[in-house]
Amino acid sequence: MGKLVTATQFADPDAAYRALVEARRGLSLEAAAALDTRLALILANHIGDLDVLREAIALAKAGKPLASP
Amino acid sequence: MAPTNERKIVFGYGYRRSADQDSALPVRRPVVVVGAGPVGLAAAIDLGQRGVPVVLIDDADRIGEGSRGICWSKRTLEICDRLGVGEKLVAQGVTWKLGKVFLGDELVFSFDLLPEDGHKMPAFINLQQYYLEKALVDRVAEIEAIDLRWKNKLTGVEPHNDHVRLTVETPDGPYQLDADWLVAADGARSSTRDLLGLTFSGVTFEDKFLIADIKMAADFPTERRFWFDPSFHAGQSALMHRQPDNVWRIDLQLGPDADIVEEQKPERVTARLKKMLGERDFSLEWISIYRFNCRRLERFVHGRVVFVGDAAHQVSPFGARGANSGIQDAENLAWKLAAVIKGEAGPSLIDSYERERVQAADENIAHSTRSTDFIAPHTPAERQLRNAVLALAPQAEFARRMINSGRLSVATVYDTPLSTPDESAFAGSARLGAPVPDAPVRGRDGRQGHLLEHIGGEFTLVYVKDGGAPQAAEGVRLLCVGEDVVDAGGAIAERFDATPGAAYLLRPDQHLCARWRVYDRAKVEAARNRALGA
Repeated sequence: MGKLVTATQFADPDAAYRALVEARRGLSLEAAAALDTRLALILANHIGDLDVLREAIALAKAGKPLASP
Repeated sequence: MAPTNERKIVFGYGYRRSADQDSALPVRRPVVVVGAGPVGLAAAIDLGQRGVPVVLIDDADRIGEGSRGICWSKRTLEICDRLGVGEKLVAQGVTWKLGKVFLGDELVFSFDLLPEDGHKMPAFINLQQYYLEKALVDRVAEIEAIDLRWKNKLTGVEPHNDHVRLTVETPDGPYQLDADWLVAADGARSSTRDLLGLTFSGVTFEDKFLIADIKMAADFPTERRFWFDPSFHAGQSALMHRQPDNVWRIDLQLGPDADIVEEQKPERVTARLKKMLGERDFSLEWISIYRFNCRRLERFVHGRVVFVGDAAHQVSPFGARGANSGIQDAENLAWKLAAVIKGEAGPSLIDSYERERVQAADENIAHSTRSTDFIAPHTPAERQLRNAVLALAPQAEFARRMINSGRLSVATVYDTPLSTPDESAFAGSARLGAPVPDAPVRGRDGRQGHLLEHIGGEFTLVYVKDGGAPQAAEGVRLLCVGEDVVDAGGAIAERFDATPGAAYLLRPDQHLCARWRVYDRAKVEAARNRALGA
């Protein structure tokens, strides 16, 4: 059992999604990827726990890609 | 966009000449409602039941064309019940409460809309809009105060300080009519809006969607099924929902570049549906291709012209917030307009309609925009984020909670000056500014029923018996819990946080506008006056 929390922590998950989607509105794929990378660094530092970070990386890599992206 | 196929079922009505057409001077009417769709019909019936004479005009002479709502929410059904058609609709409709979301061909999560027990009305029914309209038109025929005029097309609106002069085109030529109040329920392509030169602000979504109603004998479960990227419709979304008469609503996302003419050809639609349905037999009832708008008028009240429903605001269909919110507009407006016309309230009460229903429209537009953003991302970068949520969904609950295939319509909790702020704390699901929750009760005659059946269309004080009955307040009907109705199962106690002696004041639209732990007649009267805009 890891330390990573995957249950939702947002009272309003739709609003959180909205904030993320608005951040990339109008960006190219490359620009959005750069934004995501900076976000990942910022949030990783905020969490400040290497075990959690490693678990999060593993979960992200295991994410099932869509058949037709 | 206009549908290509006409519905197979239509109910026809005849044009009848009105005496108003022979008058030398325009006849003055207290209220004219434009548009006999669900919203205009509901407004007319609500006003008519309150004894307000209504002229209801519509440019058509039949029911059953154009795109149609199929999902009717609990609050809408409660309103329809007060208007005399609720039980009929539920009996005719398909009751459902389960929704399922698939990613590819696998179920990712399901939701159950089951509200609290003991509500008379279900969370949702599906019913073709023409059946709802037919039920409302039949109800109109029972109400003396309503004069429904088919083939009466509004062609002129001339605003004055205390009335509106209308020009109406008929098969016998035009006539003029003066209305103290004009209720514009003439839909997304509102003539009233155009004639007044008013425009919307909001967002148009580029993605096109195919909506097909098909007739098919299938034993699919009665639930809302939504797919992201199914194998039968790769890269896009799909929705399937049951209606009565073995009719199924199928909604297929086509993307922004779809060819509208090509995609509406029956052979093309049939080929797409076969991929979804296999070799089952089905026939096409109706096909349409849509793009969605999420937008509203800046103001709903323009002097003596009041906009309701799609004429005032538009949303995407994901969430069933269009027709449902329109009927809730009608209910909000009807009692206020009746109070103003009867001289019980000043015209400024109508401003509260705008305040409350703009709040509701903004809520609906926000939800509907979020759903549409998720279903139809605007750019590859937005799609990348959406697909990341879907990819994480099987493993991570937080991602499943972000999946948005439509957040279904619920009544707005009004943040309104018509409510009297609470003096003391109340728990329970009843909320100030919201319709009161229903509850099972036993009536004086011993009959088992529901609370809302005992609350009509007037100011009502729900009082919890504590010894004797209180002295009634002016203009307020008293419903004594423990005498008029018995809270046998304790649901009122729980949902209203009701203690002996507590009192709850309901507006004529069944919204809670004040409550107290101890009854005080002067406070009840003050709260009623406040709810009337005084």
